[in-house]
Amino acid sequence: MASGHVITQTHADVTRDVVGTLSPPSRGYVLLLLGAVSLFLIGILTFLFLIKDGLGHAGYQPPIFWSVYITTFVFWVGIGHAGTLISAILFLFRSPWRTAVYRSTEAMTVFAVMTAGLFPIIHIGRQWIFYWLLPYPNSRFLWPNFKSPLIWDVFAISTYLTVSTTFLCFGLVPDVAAIRDKATGWRRKVYEMAAVGWRGTDNQWRHYSRAYLYLAALATPLVLSVHSVVSWDFAVSIVPGWHGTIFAPYFVAGAIYSGIGMVLTLIIPLRRALRIEHMITDYHFDNLAKLTLLTGSILFYAYGMEYFVAWYSGNIFEQTTFFRRAFGPYWWAGWTMIICNAFVSQLLWFRKVRTNLTSLFVISIFINIGMWFERYVIIVSSLSNDYIPWAWDQLNPTWADWGILAGSFGWFGMWFLLFAKNFPIVAIQEIKEMIPMPRKRGGHH
Amino acid sequence: MAATKPVKAPSKRVPGVLASFTYVDAAADAIRALRAQGRRNLTVYSAAPNHEIEEALQHGVSPVRLFTLIGGLTGCAAGFGMTLWMSHDWPTVVGGKPIGSIPPYVVIAFELTILLGALITVAAVAFFSVALGKRGVPYDPSFSDDKIGIFVPTTADSARQVEQMLRNAGAEEVRYEA
Repeated sequence: MASGHVITQTHADVTRDVVGTLSPPSRGYVLLLLGAVSLFLIGILTFLFLIKDGLGHAGYQPPIFWSVYITTFVFWVGIGHAGTLISAILFLFRSPWRTAVYRSTEAMTVFAVMTAGLFPIIHIGRQWIFYWLLPYPNSRFLWPNFKSPLIWDVFAISTYLTVSTTFLCFGLVPDVAAIRDKATGWRRKVYEMAAVGWRGTDNQWRHYSRAYLYLAALATPLVLSVHSVVSWDFAVSIVPGWHGTIFAPYFVAGAIYSGIGMVLTLIIPLRRALRIEHMITDYHFDNLAKLTLLTGSILFYAYGMEYFVAWYSGNIFEQTTFFRRAFGPYWWAGWTMIICNAFVSQLLWFRKVRTNLTSLFVISIFINIGMWFERYVIIVSSLSNDYIPWAWDQLNPTWADWGILAGSFGWFGMWFLLFAKNFPIVAIQEIKEMIPMPRKRGGHH
Repeated sequence: MAATKPVKAPSKRVPGVLASFTYVDAAADAIRALRAQGRRNLTVYSAAPNHEIEEALQHGVSPVRLFTLIGGLTGCAAGFGMTLWMSHDWPTVVGGKPIGSIPPYVVIAFELTILLGALITVAAVAFFSVALGKRGVPYDPSFSDDKIGIFVPTTADSARQVEQMLRNAGAEEVRYEA
């Protein structure tokens, strides 16, 4: 399709190529899907042990009662943010390069938030009463404490999941209609139902285009709010290392950074597997890498500022926490976070690195690892040395932590792979919108 | 038009002429010519929204925006209303804060503003496009691929005149749908 950012395909080519991605799966795809399902089953098995015996398996002990599950919750919420940035914020900024990649990132957002939503439920221990978090009229007429950031989280995450799912499904409707018109047999019937009567009439486009704009405008502040709210889970407490005003922008930048890392990890192999290299080109990767560099640099600054504030505040508890992050029992996690996030991203100043897919893929893996460790460091290392030194303790992840973590990757991967093979992973309608329609008299309108 | 089996049309069909165009300027010319003749009840199909067609059709701005506003304001009011009412329904002092403490409730109100704003926007599109949408209008699968379609509701008597007008404008294929 593109050489640089010039689209050379016709409308018919776009439909044909995207419909082609829905052809019967290759052996590689099936193996990947089986791998994801296997990981998911490991997670299910671990979860059954947690239900049977309790959270002791996860190593929860004083003073650390937030550990790998909350770490992974924040990690997956963060992953979702790049999807909304690319689909909604870049839509408002009219960035044309987003069109080829936004569908896959939007799907990633929905599945990442679906994954994240499981973790607070796993973490609470008695999962069968998770609905106590919701404001419902119970027998004692008690209501949730709306001053608690944990309740803000319930509203933020459930709104984010609902709105991002709505945004994804809404954008899919015209594309599903295009597939319906090419499909045959039972698949045609399924796509016909999913297309909800879409025919691309002038009236439908008139309402759709306007609504899409408003959905993007609503999703933009939402994405900024969600990770701010997640950051306030920590920042409104008085735990050293958490109680910082920088947390909201720091978390939002980190979320977008980690999300783009995951986008790269997913898209680089996917474009080859689905044979859409001509649609997602170096031009798109170069732009994704620039966004990674920008957010990575913001993180670099935030890391530096955290240490500076700890030193400059003269607060001995803050100073101790940050000293121990670098040289205490969690030094390995602290340095993994700094090297993977702050330093590795700086390689993207070089255009050769930005347009080399092997190096981008390796960097994206570093980002995924680094961002998981960032949350681990913030949560576990801060809790391990609270205000009373005799209560200090360390926690190391257990098999139950790794099992659930692996299960979350399996759950996420399974949904993403199923989506990629059954729905258009590249937005047909928006790419067509970018291609000038043929004109009898030539020229442009 | 494509040889693929057409999408099953709703039971009651509207009679009229269905034309297929490859060129967008030709389709826009046809729309302008039809509108000049007083034929306003056209249905135009395309695979993606197009400004030239929108200009020729001279549609107003979609009323969906009003519903977005209503949804957002309802969500905001619900957010503040729910938190304040529930706090006062079982008054408990938490952290020395007032029973009804506005700053933390802004978060809930904000989230509900976005939630209801988005959901009511989509509901409005469904209402205007499906519930109030035209029914029984013929369609061809090539319109979701690379063709532009124009359907002109008309009787068999004046169909020939409309067909001729569409062909003159540059339609590749024109057929009367009874």
